[in-house]
Amino acid sequence: MASISLRKVTKRYGKDARAVQVIHGVSAEIQDGEFIVIVGPSGCGKSTLLRMVAGLEEISGGEIAIGDKVVNDVEPAQRDIAMVFQNYALYPHMSVFENMAYGLRIKNVPTDQIRASVDKAAKILELGHLLERKPRELSGGQRQRVAMGRAIVRQPKVFLFDEPLSNLDAKLRAQTRLEIQKLHQELGITSLFVTHDQVEAMTLAQRMIVMNGGMMEQFGTPEEVYHQPASTFVASFIGSPPMNLLKNGPGARKGATMGIRPEHLDIGATGWDMQVDNVELLGAERLVYGRVGSEPLIVRIEESAPSPVRGTTIQVAPREDRVHWFDTTSGKRLNA
Amino acid sequence: MVERRATLGILAHAVMILGVLLVAFPIYLAFVASTHQPQDIVQSPMPLWPGSHLWETYRTALFGGGEGAERPPVARMMVVSFITAMVIALGKITISLLSAFAVVYFRFPLRNLCFWAIFITLMLPVEVRILPTYKVVADLGMLNSYAGLTVPLIASATATFLFRQFFLTVPDELAEAARMDGASPMRFFKDILVPLSRTSMAALFVIQFIYGWNQYLWPLLVTTNQDMYPVVLGIRAMMGGSGESMVEWNLVMATAIMAMVPPAIVVVLMQKWFVKGLVDTEK
Repeated sequence: MASISLRKVTKRYGKDARAVQVIHGVSAEIQDGEFIVIVGPSGCGKSTLLRMVAGLEEISGGEIAIGDKVVNDVEPAQRDIAMVFQNYALYPHMSVFENMAYGLRIKNVPTDQIRASVDKAAKILELGHLLERKPRELSGGQRQRVAMGRAIVRQPKVFLFDEPLSNLDAKLRAQTRLEIQKLHQELGITSLFVTHDQVEAMTLAQRMIVMNGGMMEQFGTPEEVYHQPASTFVASFIGSPPMNLLKNGPGARKGATMGIRPEHLDIGATGWDMQVDNVELLGAERLVYGRVGSEPLIVRIEESAPSPVRGTTIQVAPREDRVHWFDTTSGKRLNA
Repeated sequence: MVERRATLGILAHAVMILGVLLVAFPIYLAFVASTHQPQDIVQSPMPLWPGSHLWETYRTALFGGGEGAERPPVARMMVVSFITAMVIALGKITISLLSAFAVVYFRFPLRNLCFWAIFITLMLPVEVRILPTYKVVADLGMLNSYAGLTVPLIASATATFLFRQFFLTVPDELAEAARMDGASPMRFFKDILVPLSRTSMAALFVIQFIYGWNQYLWPLLVTTNQDMYPVVLGIRAMMGGSGESMVEWNLVMATAIMAMVPPAIVVVLMQKWFVKGLVDTEK
C-alpha cells in the first residue's frame, strides 16, 4: 500500500510550438488506502492522468510519486500497480485462470503459489466455477470481475480503474459499484478510479478530483464538492439536474453569478416570479422547468406537493443559506 | 429467400454437376492414363476406363527403374518439393510475423518508409526481379541447394501486410495490459500475438505451401542437378526435349497425380482453420 503524490504534473503531445497541452499542472496528495475518483467530461484529461500514473503515458513535466519513490522513469510493471481497463483487455485465448496468473507467471512465481493466489482472488470475486472458461464465454459482468481478479492477484500497492463500469448495463453497474466498495473496504488498497459518471463518482469516492480542460477544478470529499463547489463548472457538472446559475437574476450582484440547487428553492414563499414552462414527474419528485426573467430555472419539489400548472406564474424563493456566489469571468467561487 | 421448387433444384444440380465434370474430368483422364501402358494411351480413341497397370506405373514413377533408367525417381522430387514448400511457407510466416510486429508495435525512425518499402515489393512479382535475384543467388553459391530454392521466395510483402492488418485490429489495451503484467515485447509477441494469429497463420500456410509447391520458373533457373528438381519441374523434364524416345505418358500422368496429392492433403487437413482464418476473428 502506498500514497500517491502528483506534483505539478503536465502532459504535452507533440513538440515545440505545435505541442498540444492536455494536462495543465495537476497537483494532489493522495493518502495511503484512499479511494479517489477522478471525474470530468470526456476529453478533460482524466484518463491521460491515470495512464500517466500507470506509466502508459510519459510525463511531460512535474513528478508522480508512489509511496516515497518518484516513478517518472519507472516501467509500469515495476511500479507495483494494477489496472482495470474499460474494455477489460482480457487475453482472449487464455482461460480465466491463465489470465489471472499471467502476471505472476512472468515474475516466475512458483506454480503452487500462483494457484493459491488465483484461488484466493477467485474466491473473493466468486469466480471459482469460471476458472477454466475463456473470456468470450463470459458475460460482461463476469469479464469485469476477471479483470478485477487479474488486478487483485498481483497484490499491488495501487489499483487503477479506467471507467471499468461503462460497458455494463445500469443494474449491473449499481451492483458492481457496491462490490468495488466492498472490495476496497476488505483490501484497503489505494485506488484511483476514473469515470465520467458523476453518480459513480459521488457514491464511490472518499475524495474526488473534478477535472475540466486538463485542469483540476476541485479536490475534495463528495460533500464538499456538492455543497461548496469551487467553480461554476463543478456546480453544473456535479448534481442532476445541475445547479441553477443566474447572471442577471433577482438580487444580482455586479460581476457575480448566483448559484442555487433546484432542491434549495421553495415554491409558494414570496420571492421571485417564475413562469412555468414544463413539469416532469420522476417518481418520488417533480422537476419544474421555467424562467425567471430571461434566465432558465429548475426547481425540484416533492411528488406529494401540489404540482404547478404549465403556463402559469408562481412564486419561488431561494434558501438564503444555500445560495452560492461565483465570479462571472473566472467562474471561481466567491463566498466561503 | 430462394424458394424450394423442383425445377429450380434440378437446374441447380445440373449446373453443379456440370461444374464438377469440367474440373474433374481432366484429372480423371490423367488418372486413367496413368493406369495404362504408354502405347495404349496414344491410340485413338484413348481408353476412358482405368486399366490394369496401376501399381507398376506408380512404382516405376516413384522409384525409377524400367527402361528409361536415367530418369530421376519421383520420390526424390517429392521430397525436394515438400521440403521447399515447407521451408517457404514456414519461413514466410516467421519473417512476416516478425516484420509486421516491428512495423505495428515499435516506433523506430523511418518506420513508415520501411513499411512502404515492403509494401511496394507487392507490386513486383518474382519474375520481374528474376535476373538480379539469380545473379545474387549464383554469386552466393546457392545454386542447386535448398537455400537457393527457398530463400529468394521467402521475403513476402503479402504476408507482412496481412499480419499488419491483423495486428492493427488487436486492441491496444491488450499490449498495455501485458506491459503492466511485466511482459517484455518478445514475451507479448510469443504469449499473446502469436496465439491470436493462429488462424491467419493457418490460412497463410495453406496458400504459401501451394505457392511453394507450384513454383516452376525459379527452380528451373537455379537447379541444374536432377537431384534438386522439384516435382513440377520433373514433369516437364519427363516430357523430354530429346524428341527421340516416345514420351511415357503413363509415367507423366502418374507423376502429375502424385504432385497433386500433397497440396490436396494440406488443404483438406487445414480446411477448418483455413476458412476460420479468412472469415472470422477470434476476439
